[in-house]
Amino acid sequence: MALSGMRGLSVFISEIRNCQNKEQERLRVDKELGNIRTRFKNEKGLTPYDKKKYVWKMLYIFMLGYDVDFGHMEAVSLISAPKYPEKQVGYLVTSCLLNENHDFLRLAINTVRNDIIGRNETFQCLALTMVGNIGGREFAESLAPDVQKLLVSSSCRPLVRKKAALCLLRLFRKNPDVVNVDGWSDRMTQLLDEKNLGVLTSSMSLFVALVSNNHEAYWSCLPKCVKVLERLARNQDIPQEYTYYGIPSPWLQVKTMRALQYFPTVEDPNTRRALFEVLQRILMGTDVVKNVNKNNASHAVLFEALALVMHLDAEKEMLSQCVALLGKFIAVREPNIRYLGLENMTRMLMVTDVQDIIKRHQAQIITSLKDPDISIRRRALDLLYGMCDVSNAKDIVEELLQYLGTADFTMREELALKAAILAEKFAPDLSWYVDVILQLIDKAGDFVSDDIWFRVVQFVTNNEDLQPYAALKAREYLDKPAIHETMVKVSAYLLGEYSHLLARRPGCSPKDIFVIIHEKLPTVSTPTISILLSTYAKILMHSQPPDPELQNQIWAIFSKYETCIDTEIQQRAVEYFALSRKGEALMDILAEMPKFPERESSLIKKAEDTEADTAELSAIKSRTQQQASNALVVTDQREPPQLGMVKIPSVDHNSVSVDQELTQANGISHEVDHPQPDILGDLLSPLAIEAPPPPPPPVSEDDALALAPVEEQDNLVKPIGDTAERFHALCLKDSGVLYEDPYVQIGIKADWRGHQGRLVIFLGNKTTSSLTSVEAVVLPPSHLKLEVSSVPEVIPPRAQVQCPVEVVNLGPSRDVAVLDFSYMFGTSLVESKLRLPAVINKFFQPIPVSTEEFFPQWRSLAGPPLKLQEVVRGVRAMSLGEMSHLFSSLRLIVCPGLDPNPSNLVATTTFYSESTRAMLCLVRIETDPADRTQLRMTVASQDPTLTFELKEYIKEHLISIPTAPSMPQQPQPIASSDPGALLAGLL
Amino acid sequence: MIRFILLQNRQGKTRLAKYYIPLEESEKHKVEYEVHRLVVNRDPKFTNFVEFRTHKVIYRRYAGLFFSLCVDITDNELAYLEGIHLFVEILDHFFSNVCELDLVFNFHKVYLILDEFILAGEFQETSKKAIIERMGELEKQE
Repeated sequence: MALSGMRGLSVFISEIRNCQNKEQERLRVDKELGNIRTRFKNEKGLTPYDKKKYVWKMLYIFMLGYDVDFGHMEAVSLISAPKYPEKQVGYLVTSCLLNENHDFLRLAINTVRNDIIGRNETFQCLALTMVGNIGGREFAESLAPDVQKLLVSSSCRPLVRKKAALCLLRLFRKNPDVVNVDGWSDRMTQLLDEKNLGVLTSSMSLFVALVSNNHEAYWSCLPKCVKVLERLARNQDIPQEYTYYGIPSPWLQVKTMRALQYFPTVEDPNTRRALFEVLQRILMGTDVVKNVNKNNASHAVLFEALALVMHLDAEKEMLSQCVALLGKFIAVREPNIRYLGLENMTRMLMVTDVQDIIKRHQAQIITSLKDPDISIRRRALDLLYGMCDVSNAKDIVEELLQYLGTADFTMREELALKAAILAEKFAPDLSWYVDVILQLIDKAGDFVSDDIWFRVVQFVTNNEDLQPYAALKAREYLDKPAIHETMVKVSAYLLGEYSHLLARRPGCSPKDIFVIIHEKLPTVSTPTISILLSTYAKILMHSQPPDPELQNQIWAIFSKYETCIDTEIQQRAVEYFALSRKGEALMDILAEMPKFPERESSLIKKAEDTEADTAELSAIKSRTQQQASNALVVTDQREPPQLGMVKIPSVDHNSVSVDQELTQANGISHEVDHPQPDILGDLLSPLAIEAPPPPPPPVSEDDALALAPVEEQDNLVKPIGDTAERFHALCLKDSGVLYEDPYVQIGIKADWRGHQGRLVIFLGNKTTSSLTSVEAVVLPPSHLKLEVSSVPEVIPPRAQVQCPVEVVNLGPSRDVAVLDFSYMFGTSLVESKLRLPAVINKFFQPIPVSTEEFFPQWRSLAGPPLKLQEVVRGVRAMSLGEMSHLFSSLRLIVCPGLDPNPSNLVATTTFYSESTRAMLCLVRIETDPADRTQLRMTVASQDPTLTFELKEYIKEHLISIPTAPSMPQQPQPIASSDPGALLAGLL
Repeated sequence: MIRFILLQNRQGKTRLAKYYIPLEESEKHKVEYEVHRLVVNRDPKFTNFVEFRTHKVIYRRYAGLFFSLCVDITDNELAYLEGIHLFVEILDHFFSNVCELDLVFNFHKVYLILDEFILAGEFQETSKKAIIERMGELEKQE
């Protein structure tokens, strides 16, 4: 056993090893950390050797899992030590403890640069290694040119150059915009001629990064790559030390072939011929050998060669050779090779039409689906999923369903999703599809996402032939003793809609259906109860002539839930109760759901999205676009029957809104991509489609920000209502009208969760002619990440299009996203710039804070910049009650009783963003009962920016409503020396 | 590229951890815990590859020690698997018949060797001879 050479370190390690338990270890570590802290604090008498020893100890303690933040500085400072032993420790430990985001690293940049450009080779190596391992943007900015010089310098040893190559790779990977590689193709060509294989290995990695970024610039290097590969594969002139179990550097071979996969093709016939010869040699010349290491190394090369062959659109003959090899691999017992066989066969599916040959191995693949190793099962699942088509869908899906019963929990969700997608894509008939989904829910309800059952409902709704079958199946499942809640949902939905189609069968009278569904009610959660209530309403409607007993039963249930604490349930109960007394009118209102407009399956989209993510990484996959999904087309082309508003114009206004509520009440329309064209009515009612546009009111000129028409003199179209006020209102609620003019109405509906949100922009054409050249561009501020769906160029007459916007909040800011919206009406261009209500308070969550939590927080945030105070003047008149109301609209929760003074108000909230953790914000308002126009506001949080932005934001809302010209206000920041502030601090 | 390298014993004690991606300390400890859980109970007859979050871990067990490399999902598994073995051969040569205790008491040497073998998450030098000679040079300077 070799000891470390540092006695103190060895003794410490031994002592740690001798600790009997975790507690003893912790005590020993704490003691040592205390010692190290004291020693570092009082640097006198601390020799360089001591420093080195303590920094090593810290690294050891860090590996044990303890926090050593305090020592970062010490590690970094050793980098500047003059002698090698300390400098080495400084560099090495810094690169283990710190990462590119640590500010401390900046302190070292100068030393690092001096070491890199200096003459001491050892120091050069240390510096290059650290920058290569943890270098960030600032290193790239200040060092990239120097590192480039070292790489191509003829006076440097290979030792330095290989480190320079990888150091440059790191800087380029992280900040391609900073590292200038223009004109590097010539240098790369030279580097690929390198004789030293260490330098060549490192340079090849750099080359892969450069080509993957822009292959166009490096065409001239392609023949060189092929040469390198030839040299290796033929073992020409390869030093013994670079062969591994007789194989010339398998790592360099693999890297070289990886580089070649970033070129779309190899055009030069000679190069191509040479390359294919080498590949052929690898494919045919790789045998299975006893020695594990040799076998692995040669197969590493073989699998990379396979990938390259697939990429290069080789001749059919060579491809069938590949498939034959893969067929052999998926049958072997050696797990790694079988795993890779399955994985590569899946890749093979994407590039060539060898499906039929692969299908021959189906039985073998299914065996692997039952392998004890989850890694193999995953690959088998991927392959089965990829190779499924109409001809084998039934078999494969059955296998998946069977496996679902025994699969590990970690795989079930994926399995369920894949089975559902395959069933949808390749169903030979629709009743089979319904069977599969119901079986899925039955066997693995917990893993069946809502998307899956929404989709089956959509299918059934759109296919009349399927409805009785689906209803019957649902009815059968309800007889089972214990069924999953999702099954209750889907059955209740289907039976509500279609049980009347079964009425003549035994056990399927409205009453029977009601009884069997109602049995489940005590076991289900709130959202399901809502669905059940809708089902009861539908059953009631379908029992004609009315069955008084059933009616009374259901009414009793409705009245029971009229006082339910859940508002959704309460509303449904009240409305259904009122509606069901309307008699005939009920028929219309509760009529069957209309067909859903045809659309891409959200499931398939989900699957494709995930595939797209992984595809980014792959050289092969990136060039093979997934074929467009060919999901079953089940809707016929008839116009969907109109329902809702349009259908029942005679019903009075009240029931209109109730009806719209019903549309949602079905539990589907709300969550699936809003199928109803009239959902706008729900959101933005009353939408003035029918009414002639009212005369445009004069626009206030002072809200230019909110609405800035491009050509003011030509722009005859004036907005209706005050756009700025609409924006202001939308800051406080989540749906409503954002903008309206005589032709267009733009509505917003938003849903916010933590730092994310989804905002749907509804663009409604109010006129009887088309709007053309429609453009909606969202200009995001720097603190929001927005993903905007595209908007069609034309909005048909009286139609409405939706534009969902995914929002991610990156940090606190009051900047707003702007929707730049324009369209042509006739010959005039209308353009408006509208602020989108994705404002700071949308990322709040009002979480109440107890007195015990509040005060320590309040005190710990002592003063600026974390706690800011300001006297706000020109506050619009409002009572404390109104102010509380305003605060809750802003998603701040008012905490009564925290402040003993009744004219004060304390509120809290939690702010979410991607970059910060959830942050508690505290607000205190002190009002003056004698003068309502001024108040003192104190805002505190852990983040200075957040505190400032929140304070300003609240002020904006307190001072004036946007229509009124803003009152002159002079905010006066109060220094913490102000006695008033001190008083406030005592709170 | 290699995202990180871990050397852990069966009890989950970390003997070496090197990260080529920026992680906070707490995340590092979490990753070490998760990777250990992932590999420690796998049957020796299983593959040496296992999915980890959006990446995959290539691991190999030598006596009571697990060497794990986390790499990108599209990386060549076997090449990294043999990379682990090459590293072990280098350690074995350097310590002449390496055992866990060598790595514990000389963890700083192990880090130095690793820095000659892998840099920026890529193989820097695959010649055992070159690395051993380089270590000799460095020892002289101490």
